[in-house]
Amino acid sequence: MKPILETKKLTHTYGAGTPFQSDAIHDVDIAVYPGEFVGIIGHTGSGKSTLIQHLNGLLKPTSGQILLDGKDIWSDKRFTRQTRFRVGLVFQYPEYQLFEETVYQDIAFGPTNMGLSKDEIDRRVRRAAAFVGVPEESLEKSPFELSGGQKRRVAIAGVIAMEPDVLILDEPTAGLDPVGREGILANIRAYQKAQDATVIMVSHSMEEIASNVERLIVMDHGSVAMTGSPREVFAHADELIGMGLDVPQMTHVFMRLRQMGIDVDPSVYTVEQAKEVLLSMKGGH
Amino acid sequence: MLRDITLGQYFPGDTVVHRLDPRTKLVLVVVYIVTLFCAKHMVTYAITLGALMGVIIASKISIKVILGSMKPLLFIIILTGILNLFYSQGEPIISFWIFTITEEGVWNAVFMVLRISMLICGTFMLTYTTSPIALTDGIEQLLQPLKKIKVPVHELAMMMCIALRFIPTLIEETDKIMSAQKARGADFETGSLLSRAKALIPILVPLFISAFRRADELAVAMECRCYHGGEGRTRMKQLKFAARDHVALIGGFLLMALVIVLGRAGL
Ligand SMILES: Nc1ncnc2c1ncn2[C@@H]1O[C@H](COP(=O)(O)OP(=O)(O)OP(=O)(O)O)[C@@H](O)[C@H]1O
Ligand SMILES: [Mg+2]
Repeated sequence: MKPILETKKLTHTYGAGTPFQSDAIHDVDIAVYPGEFVGIIGHTGSGKSTLIQHLNGLLKPTSGQILLDGKDIWSDKRFTRQTRFRVGLVFQYPEYQLFEETVYQDIAFGPTNMGLSKDEIDRRVRRAAAFVGVPEESLEKSPFELSGGQKRRVAIAGVIAMEPDVLILDEPTAGLDPVGREGILANIRAYQKAQDATVIMVSHSMEEIASNVERLIVMDHGSVAMTGSPREVFAHADELIGMGLDVPQMTHVFMRLRQMGIDVDPSVYTVEQAKEVLLSMKGGH
Repeated sequence: MLRDITLGQYFPGDTVVHRLDPRTKLVLVVVYIVTLFCAKHMVTYAITLGALMGVIIASKISIKVILGSMKPLLFIIILTGILNLFYSQGEPIISFWIFTITEEGVWNAVFMVLRISMLICGTFMLTYTTSPIALTDGIEQLLQPLKKIKVPVHELAMMMCIALRFIPTLIEETDKIMSAQKARGADFETGSLLSRAKALIPILVPLFISAFRRADELAVAMECRCYHGGEGRTRMKQLKFAARDHVALIGGFLLMALVIVLGRAGL
């Protein structure tokens, strides 16, 4: 299969030429395939946010390329602008970008910028609101009257309403309670399924990563340290911990069980898998 | 990017210039500006420029950075130069249509451009080598006498200090909000003046909201620590004049005296 998004030797230097110059990412090569749910993890300052801001053309690479469907997104101006709409990016704490008088208008901001017809905008706004669980009667409210979690949903709807092929989210659940977290993750999965979209999610929660993503990219000091399925990546628990990261609780439990001399599969990382493994062991006795 | 604006930014360092007392530097900047306006001739300009160069070299701040930060002001500098070029009385050298360029005009333009650039450079040297906190401390101390006539010096200094502290934060915030809106297809670069002004709303609204939120949080945090204004407040960092401050001040005043005397002598 051909990748939908690809980076080639992507390097970005902030403040080039000033005394504050610093290499945020260097020589990053990643490929993302259509319909995948990809997770990006890495310690604070490892360049995750910098990387994803390149993927929709918000940051211009210092060197290297970003390819969308095999075409360099910076090759011509119109394509760069199209990329903004085809690759939707939800920032960290997106609720701080709300500005319109009503929730409806705020969600409509993106589609309006795309130059769509009024009917199409209306359809998309209502659909996006439904995806993130914003009820119809909230649409005419001011976004500033909502709670933090609701604001976050509205902000995510604002990007979803552009119906991007690739949806990128930077720590979408940061600062929410467990119910709010699971709710937003369910919204994202629903969108992915309905739209056959590709999703890239940055997260600091290994639990979240473990139970949602199909493939993982591990960033360390501005470069890609590992890629692979969660099973493969979490099998390198020691390396991850060495990078200042963590592994899911279940991996810890199963590593410990192995240390205690019990012969269990070390690549278990979700509660579901653990349940299965343990039940089959019990059944085997 | 917005972040690249270095205007009024502090570059930490450990040179003599950095270590000077902020009060010394403030006084010296005033002395320098007076000197600059007393200079009327190539010789006196050269002396002042030499002094400025000396300070720049001593501060180890690269010329590139300084020239870079003068870029936003280039338009004003050039405009002043052009106005001086055409609007000076004297011996015409060239004249075409309604314009005449005089010899005096050329000199005026050169000196004016030089004067403005040196003025900007000199004040930049102050903000480049002095942290905003030290700077407001220095201003507060220098303005102490005004307290006698009921000017709220401490409060003004505090306000300035907070404002300075939040400039980088607000720039960063603006950057972030701009990116977020761009990700939703906002376009700030093209279109008519009106549509560009309209395009600012999605930035300004969130920015104001966040500024007010920050102000609120800061006020609460200050009250929690029992902040109650300047009355009876002591400082963690006491400002003290060192030998180098005396030397620098004497040097500065001597330079001014020299330029004034030379100016009287027609140089
Ligand atoms: N606008 C900027 N200007 C200068 N340096 C920056 C800027 N943004 C990020 N950096 C630097 O680039 C590096 C990578 O930052 P980035 O925000 O991409 O990290 P991150 O992996 O997203 O971290 P976090 O998990 O904390 O969000 C950091 O060292 C950071 O200090
Ligand atoms: Mg980040």
